[in-house]
Amino acid sequence: MKASAGGYARANNLSHAIELLALSDGMGRVLAGGQSLIAAMNMRLSTGDMLVDISRVSGLSGVIDEGETLRIGALTKHVEIGAHPLIRAHAPLLADAVSFIAHAAIRNRGTIGGALAHADPAAEFPACMLALGATLHIHGPDGERSAAAEDFFEDLFETSIKEDEILTAITVPKAEADERQVLQEVARRSGDYALVGLCLVARSSGHRISLLSVASTPILARNAMTQLDQGNVDGAVAALRAEIDPPSDTQASASYRRHIAGILLRRAVAQEKGDFA
Amino acid sequence: MTVQFGNPDRPNSYIGKTVPRPNAGRLVEGRGKYVDDITLPRMVHVAFVRSPFAHAKILSIDTEDAKSVKGVLRIFTGADLAKVCTPWVAVLEHLKGLKSPPEHPMAMDRSCWVGEPVVAVVATSRAAAEDGAALVDVDYEPLPVVADMMTALDASTPVLHPEMGDNLAFQRLHEEGDVDGVFATAHKVVSAHFKTGRHTGVTLEPRSILVDWNPAEGQMTAYHATQAPHMVQTVLATHLDVPESRVRVICGDVGGSYGIKVHVYPDEVATAAISKIMARPVKFIADRLESFTTDIHARDHEIEAKIAVDANGKILAFDVDDWTAIGAYSVYPRTSAIEGNQVVNLCGGPYDFANYRAKTTVVFQNKTPTCQYRAVGHPIAVAITEGLVDMAAAEMGMDPVEIRRRNMYADDAYPVTSPANMRFEGLSHHQSMDKLMGLMDYDALRADQAEARARGVHRGIGIASFIELTNPSPFMYGIGGARISAQDGCTVRMDPDGSIVAMSGVTEQGQGTEAMLSQIVAEGVGVLPSNVRVITGDTQVTPYGGGTWASRGAGIGGEAALRSARALRDSILEVAAAMLQSDQASLDIRDGHVVDIETGAERMPLEELGRIVYFRGDTLPKGLPRELVQTRHYITSEYPFAFTNGVQASYLEVDIETGVVTLLKHWCVEDCGRIINPQLVDEQIRGGIVQGLGGALFEEIHYDDEGQLLNGSMADYLVPMAGEMPDMVVGHVETPTKESELGAKGAGEAGTAGAPAAVMNAINDALRPLGAQVTQMPFTPERILRALGAIED
Ligand SMILES: Cc1cc2nc3c(=O)[nH]c(=O)nc-3n(C[C@H](O)[C@H](O)[C@H](O)COP(=O)(O)OP(=O)(O)OC[C@H]3O[C@@H](n4cnc5c(N)ncnc54)[C@H](O)[C@@H]3O)c2cc1C
Repeated sequence: MKASAGGYARANNLSHAIELLALSDGMGRVLAGGQSLIAAMNMRLSTGDMLVDISRVSGLSGVIDEGETLRIGALTKHVEIGAHPLIRAHAPLLADAVSFIAHAAIRNRGTIGGALAHADPAAEFPACMLALGATLHIHGPDGERSAAAEDFFEDLFETSIKEDEILTAITVPKAEADERQVLQEVARRSGDYALVGLCLVARSSGHRISLLSVASTPILARNAMTQLDQGNVDGAVAALRAEIDPPSDTQASASYRRHIAGILLRRAVAQEKGDFA
Repeated sequence: MTVQFGNPDRPNSYIGKTVPRPNAGRLVEGRGKYVDDITLPRMVHVAFVRSPFAHAKILSIDTEDAKSVKGVLRIFTGADLAKVCTPWVAVLEHLKGLKSPPEHPMAMDRSCWVGEPVVAVVATSRAAAEDGAALVDVDYEPLPVVADMMTALDASTPVLHPEMGDNLAFQRLHEEGDVDGVFATAHKVVSAHFKTGRHTGVTLEPRSILVDWNPAEGQMTAYHATQAPHMVQTVLATHLDVPESRVRVICGDVGGSYGIKVHVYPDEVATAAISKIMARPVKFIADRLESFTTDIHARDHEIEAKIAVDANGKILAFDVDDWTAIGAYSVYPRTSAIEGNQVVNLCGGPYDFANYRAKTTVVFQNKTPTCQYRAVGHPIAVAITEGLVDMAAAEMGMDPVEIRRRNMYADDAYPVTSPANMRFEGLSHHQSMDKLMGLMDYDALRADQAEARARGVHRGIGIASFIELTNPSPFMYGIGGARISAQDGCTVRMDPDGSIVAMSGVTEQGQGTEAMLSQIVAEGVGVLPSNVRVITGDTQVTPYGGGTWASRGAGIGGEAALRSARALRDSILEVAAAMLQSDQASLDIRDGHVVDIETGAERMPLEELGRIVYFRGDTLPKGLPRELVQTRHYITSEYPFAFTNGVQASYLEVDIETGVVTLLKHWCVEDCGRIINPQLVDEQIRGGIVQGLGGALFEEIHYDDEGQLLNGSMADYLVPMAGEMPDMVVGHVETPTKESELGAKGAGEAGTAGAPAAVMNAINDALRPLGAQVTQMPFTPERILRALGAIED
């Protein structure tokens, strides 16, 4: 199929981008790395989009150490996240996640902001945001607002970003000295979207467990978190399997996903405790 | 004079060596020319409106809105095209009872699968054609859908084609010996239920055709990504009423075929019909979704089978009940009954046993038609056979290699005729197995497996012996009435400067045919391979031939090339002998020079001979033949097929908590007769194995109960990718066929034939201590966990 775009404009800067969105009558579409959007357009799953290309907007890329937090620009590419020393030191979960995302060509173009705005429940970064307790920074005609990760993902491919807004950055808390961050997943082939994936963050305030590919959004497994805080791994596994309602598709049934979620939690706990390679 | 294959130091010894591929540089430089790279003056594009229903009556078609789209030129319905194109019926007389209704290039009043073309929109660009197609309004009345294979023949299931009487397309029962008697009294009987997943070929370049009808010349030119240009020529000529001599099919670079591009596709014939109506070049390039819904599918089989063995592990009998569903039409002109027929022909293939029953039942359903895909029927037959042999060995506590050694035909037993009535000229099962054992260090691997198991790591070794059908004679299609050539030809010409042009009826799909031909012709004439220009894929230029299918390019096309090259050599030497006043027998051609055959002393460059023949023929003796163009054809006649053999092994690890299989290593030892180019053969084996591994672990087309295809994208249909592929070790045994001087059999399908069975056996070897077994491909993580009983609901 051939894409059927409504139009294309390259934004010079952030306010220009927001202006272009406002001008496009609800048909505006931010184009970042294009690794999800262009594929959708080429299947005519999305037609008539007025593309607002933000890929050359300066100031939206890179990682800044803010003391307590890291600020990651929305246009920071997957490949940069994977290699960035600040990320590796203070948010290793994100660096680890990159090795599970797609293939080199896609990681060279795909952006973290695009992945979060796209909000694929099978994608790694959205679940990482939940596990890390990240904050998302969004710019619109009225300036900047921020949203907690837990409020950001609303439904399948839906976030709290409005038509005329742009995700500009993410802040994540820097890991504590003895904090452990682990990502476990099962995929059919390397680089495929996971059948199930699980992020586990163990910090002094407690455990955070998020899952991908088990619901229409990435989710926090709160009951399992409570059990794990009490040191009850079996209880956490049981709670986890009880609190998720995963979908069935051609790759795996809901039963398989539910079962594997428990396996991944055990593996993540073992890895977090260091007795699993 | 014959070629001294045994002597690697013979002059011009290119056969048997890895020579550079003449087309590799061009492709690497991005100068390949695929159909979509061709643009002709006044060219238009067609996009098809395809049925969204698996079965529906077409009540009305409204094209008004579509016509108003900028760039849309014309819109055609099935009825419009039926005026210039006759329908086809895909049956073969030797497949007794095979039936299929007439099929038109586009649906007439009823659509029978999701993806069947219903309306064609022609526009100045593909994008405009798609815009138009989106606005065509077809009013459908959905009809009951036949989706399930095993209930297709039940009385309660609607009959898809009422005029056919029932949903049975074809059935064949073959019986040899006293099967029931043996099963009743055998020492051990093991049975199993197998399923192979419906999958497809997934070529990198999708199906592509550009047809240019020139009414001024009465000539139709089709630029086509195809494996069989002459077959397509015949088909277009027959159904569009043009003499064959006025249909030219040109097949340039092709981005992979695997059997997908050897069939007649309704949308491609429609493109030709539209060109004939519009008198303009019309291009159709399938997109990826169209590829999944309209490229032929294959391997959708369900099998109940059993084996009987005696107390020594000697195989007494196989009994196989195979079912397959082929979609709504048998595919033209090879038919969709061949795959099931092959299962009947090939089960038990490597083994010397006496009692055999196999039945295949081929039914219609409302899904994409199935037809021949690389290694047609082989992966299914090998999985059944090798799966059962392993299960029998396990039952008897016998090593899987040992049971095979006790049953494979002895290497000196040939010629033999199998219980399936297949005739084997010469195979090397035992030598191949011995070689495999050495390559894989079987005992060390068993030790590693035991050591891993002690650590709670579950590894398995799987062995799969196989036979492969290659070099087909007219017994495959011709005797059934199909106009498909089993013969192939080659024309070899010397140009004035002594360089050589070879035109062959076999085709280049990316597998290296042209390299293979160049080295045969180089050796046959006595020139450097770089001095041989090979031309394939043009029906107006090359001798008539079959093209690429059933692993025939080297064995048939190569032999024709060798014979034509030798003939050219002889005619060159005849002229040379006259010019040099020598005895022809005392001369030879080496590296482009006429030389003294004993001493190798140079007597004359070919360039000089060419100058004299072409420009100073007056100086040669009157009446001296000077035919520097020679054509030879070759067809096998003693055996219907040249069977090859081999054995594969897989070593893998099963994560019993997640069900994920990790392939650790793969081996294949095969015997394709004379190896012309070791690298090309190894690449064929490796690529074939990859496709076999895809079938074993990843590839499966999913439909719902309404016949909707659920995974029509590369994200959802999983092809094997490099990351999951193991290292592969390829070894060879060479038993040349005596039918030809070249002695080459085919190698294109061996890898695909054996790999799925090797993986299945390895998984089951890993799972056996846990009491689990899998027999349904692909072996997904979920299927493995379910076999282990890990998932409750
Ligand atoms: C073959 C393949 C495999 C993949 N596998 C994986 C995988 O395993 N895991 C994974 O996580 N991802 C995977 N991806 C997706 C990949 O990570 C994408 O790059 C990412 O999801 C989108 O990022 P992008 O920058 O390319 O966004 P785009 O494609 O440009 O945009 C995606 C969507 O987000 C919107 N958008 C983008 N940026 C912003 C912004 N700053 N503000 C507001 N809206 C915005 C766009 O309008 C669009 O709707 C895969 C992609 C492909 C093609």
